[in-house]
Amino acid sequence: MNKPVRRIAIFCGLLVLALMIRDNWLQFVQADELKNNKHNLRVTIARYSQPRGNIIVDGQAITGSEQVNGVTYKYKRSYKDGPMWAPVTGYSSQVYGSKYLEGVEDKILTGDDDRLFFNRTIDMITGKGKKGGDVITTLNAKAQEAAFKELGDKKGAVAAIDPRTGKILAMASTPSYDPSTIAGANDDAAWKKLNADKDQPILNRALRQTYPPGSTFKLVTASAALENGLYDSVDQSTNSPLPWNLPDTNNLPLNNEGSLPMCKNGSMREALRVSCNSVFGKISADLGNQKMMAEAEKFGFNQKDLTVPVGVAESVYPKDNRPQNAMDGIGQASNRATPLQMAMVAAAIANNGKLMQPYMVDKLRAPNLNVIDTTQPKVLNTPLTPEHAQQLQSAMETVVKDGTGTAAQIDGVRVGGKTGTAQNGVDNSGKPYAWFVSYAMTDKGSPVAVAVVIEGDKDTARDDVAGGKLAAPIARSVMEAVLKTSK
Amino acid sequence: MAAISPLPNTTPTAIITVGQPSRRNTELILLAFAVVIPCFAYANVGLALDGRMPSGMLGYGIGLGLLAGVGHLAVRRYARYADPVLLPLATLLNGLGLVIIWRLDQSERFRALKTFAPAATHQLLFSALGIALFVAVLVLLKDHRILQRYTYISMALALVLLIAPMFFPPVNGARIWINLPGLGTIQPGEFAKIILAVFFAGYLMVKRDALALASRRFMGLYLPRGRDLGPILAVWAMSILILVFETDLGTSLLFFGMFVVMLYVATERTSWIVFGLLMSAVGAVGVASFESHVQARVTAWLDPFAGWGKSEASEQMAKVLMTFGSGGVSGSGWGQGNSDLIGFAANSDFILATVGEELGLAGTMAFLLLYGLIVERGVRTALAARDPFGKLLAVGLSGAFAIQVFVVAGGVMGLIPLTGMTMPFLAQGGSSVIANWALIAILIKISDTARRPAPVPVNNPDAEMTQVVRP
Repeated sequence: MNKPVRRIAIFCGLLVLALMIRDNWLQFVQADELKNNKHNLRVTIARYSQPRGNIIVDGQAITGSEQVNGVTYKYKRSYKDGPMWAPVTGYSSQVYGSKYLEGVEDKILTGDDDRLFFNRTIDMITGKGKKGGDVITTLNAKAQEAAFKELGDKKGAVAAIDPRTGKILAMASTPSYDPSTIAGANDDAAWKKLNADKDQPILNRALRQTYPPGSTFKLVTASAALENGLYDSVDQSTNSPLPWNLPDTNNLPLNNEGSLPMCKNGSMREALRVSCNSVFGKISADLGNQKMMAEAEKFGFNQKDLTVPVGVAESVYPKDNRPQNAMDGIGQASNRATPLQMAMVAAAIANNGKLMQPYMVDKLRAPNLNVIDTTQPKVLNTPLTPEHAQQLQSAMETVVKDGTGTAAQIDGVRVGGKTGTAQNGVDNSGKPYAWFVSYAMTDKGSPVAVAVVIEGDKDTARDDVAGGKLAAPIARSVMEAVLKTSK
Repeated sequence: MAAISPLPNTTPTAIITVGQPSRRNTELILLAFAVVIPCFAYANVGLALDGRMPSGMLGYGIGLGLLAGVGHLAVRRYARYADPVLLPLATLLNGLGLVIIWRLDQSERFRALKTFAPAATHQLLFSALGIALFVAVLVLLKDHRILQRYTYISMALALVLLIAPMFFPPVNGARIWINLPGLGTIQPGEFAKIILAVFFAGYLMVKRDALALASRRFMGLYLPRGRDLGPILAVWAMSILILVFETDLGTSLLFFGMFVVMLYVATERTSWIVFGLLMSAVGAVGVASFESHVQARVTAWLDPFAGWGKSEASEQMAKVLMTFGSGGVSGSGWGQGNSDLIGFAANSDFILATVGEELGLAGTMAFLLLYGLIVERGVRTALAARDPFGKLLAVGLSGAFAIQVFVVAGGVMGLIPLTGMTMPFLAQGGSSVIANWALIAILIKISDTARRPAPVPVNNPDAEMTQVVRP
């Protein structure tokens, strides 16, 4: 009987061996994958076992870490002026992950970044817990406050940048929400409510929502006309008929808003001042889809991977047939832009044709206050020559001085702007979007360019929505705030 | 294995048996380690959780030391020649199991639950009962061959134990408990395992010749006669019934596997193994095709993460796997893991996951080796046993132990579908720890008989005369 017993001994040995091999597979080969699995709560537990680093604006932290000493989590994220800063910070939730800056700079904020390795090691040796680093932003608290307050209970967004460097100064989006309300472990009711909200409060409209840019896009069309030598200056007559018919159509005219007789043969300055669709539709048609697209791309359109470092939705100047391309040239048809994109257009013109790469993280700071990384301003593109840019500046200043943008005037400061009222939906059935883009100019160059978009509601009369009335005052407040603080 | 030569069972008086050392002192030294290691572990948990020595430290150390001491004295007195490794191995596993259960009792996450009840004290009590049964078996069972007399009584008793849970409400999907009002619940399957082994050993002792010899050869296999298939079919049917009515895949697999192992040893016919494998495959696939409980477990085994948020079984399995993965090679250290995230049954069915996370790959391998050692010492006892009944019983018990470890650990680690069984000695549960102490006692008793030196023959003066005189 011993022979089978020996075989059973081997069999039992094989069973144990199989278990040991499986254990090696699980705890050695697959260990990292299982450890960092998105369902593994230990990742979140570790993340909230120490205070998180802060997001800083103008030297003040706009985030905090609240000690909760819960069963699972020791700390919870808190936010100062949450709704105002939500488009910047995003959220860091114990249950729902993180978004925007909280998500993009997560490794710095938790202290896991490789650049913090030295700090971590020192802390480990001295027995201190891991600490998170800080993210110092480029934002301007006063400008942000102005933007958020002025937007009020309207639905819309504001993006403001410093044209000289590309620093993002304000980024507001309404309706907003307080990220503190979804930071904890038991906030599923608030989370569900936020996500079910039709107005999408979590959405950062300044970066992630694209709108038809409407007449504000005429700035790009004007740039294309100058850059491609269609006209020598903004004051040259454009030889445009009125009404002007869309190409390849059965004499379908491209109408202006209201009766604008000065659009006939008007200069680009005049056409910008009163916002002639006929003139810019014709320019777009004369240049053709390819040249229009090329100029738009120089301003940042059709760029899928722009980050600030939060990802920006792609603004689109589409490939289209001739009549559609003419419509694209006045910011309609399939033309789509984010508010940040339109602020970039104004900024490039204000910065004498040089488009700076927009960014919102100025510095990354280690827990011991050593700066570990500084973002250097970088030229993204040069859509205009300085001479052409200055011509456009002068035309934009005319718009504010005695055109559609008078509401943006600031005493003693050169302000250039362009209004826009984008039609929405088939046959203008949807609510219109009111746009205003502008810049302010001082003797040290332009410190601020801003784009404002307001989503009108059904009750708003169409002329009320016109960018000059709804959006321009907001842009003025933001520019004033920046001018005051930059003195 | 090779070290043990089969002892000749011809006329013992003609051989001068060299008295084997009893190895009781070896056992004592090993036991000291088996008590000290869990004490260190206990201190470690306390230091990690609260930064100071746990208050129950002294009581725990003395308690475990006493239990081990009593066990050792009983072995010294009633089973002098027993295998010296089994008792320390069981003590070590039991002691570490207590530490893990106590460690999970400290979990804030469990304490926040309304259903929370600390389990460590109970488990210590059950361990004491287990040692008591261990001593009782050593004292009362003068010779394991006495058990042979109770072959058919064992069968009846085992059947009663197996059928009884069907009349009680299922707990967490499986009918494997008997609820005794005022006394708590008993898991009779754990005891049935031992009693069935006695029955199988006794039965196969008698029938093995018929089962082994009356057969036809076909394609290199000896096919048993139709009527000899009876017993294996009966056990198979019983296992299937357990699976269907008690939805307990583990126990079913355990009994059938144990029977096949013993049948193979008794008859030395490989064909039984082939038959056994075929039948268990047919049974398992057949039942899985209509039992939703088993199906859920299989789905959870195939891809645990796919069922996250949809199936409780899948989510549980995924949590267990992540617990193992988070431990990595060296583990988080005692008391510093988050194995309580598994939630339900963390200290019973899934207790190995806590070992995996807090002691890492290294610790889990050590635990698996400890189990492997118990099994191999048991099989070694079977090899050394001089009577076929003892051989069969020892190999049956060790085989069942090995299968149980494989089924539980394999299920928890995702090697095979999960079944609701407990890790011997480690897991929380009274029936399990008591029954396994009885199992160790029987193995110790058999090994005592096997290693006991044969009576030294009286010196025969005539024999001396015939000695060769060297020049």
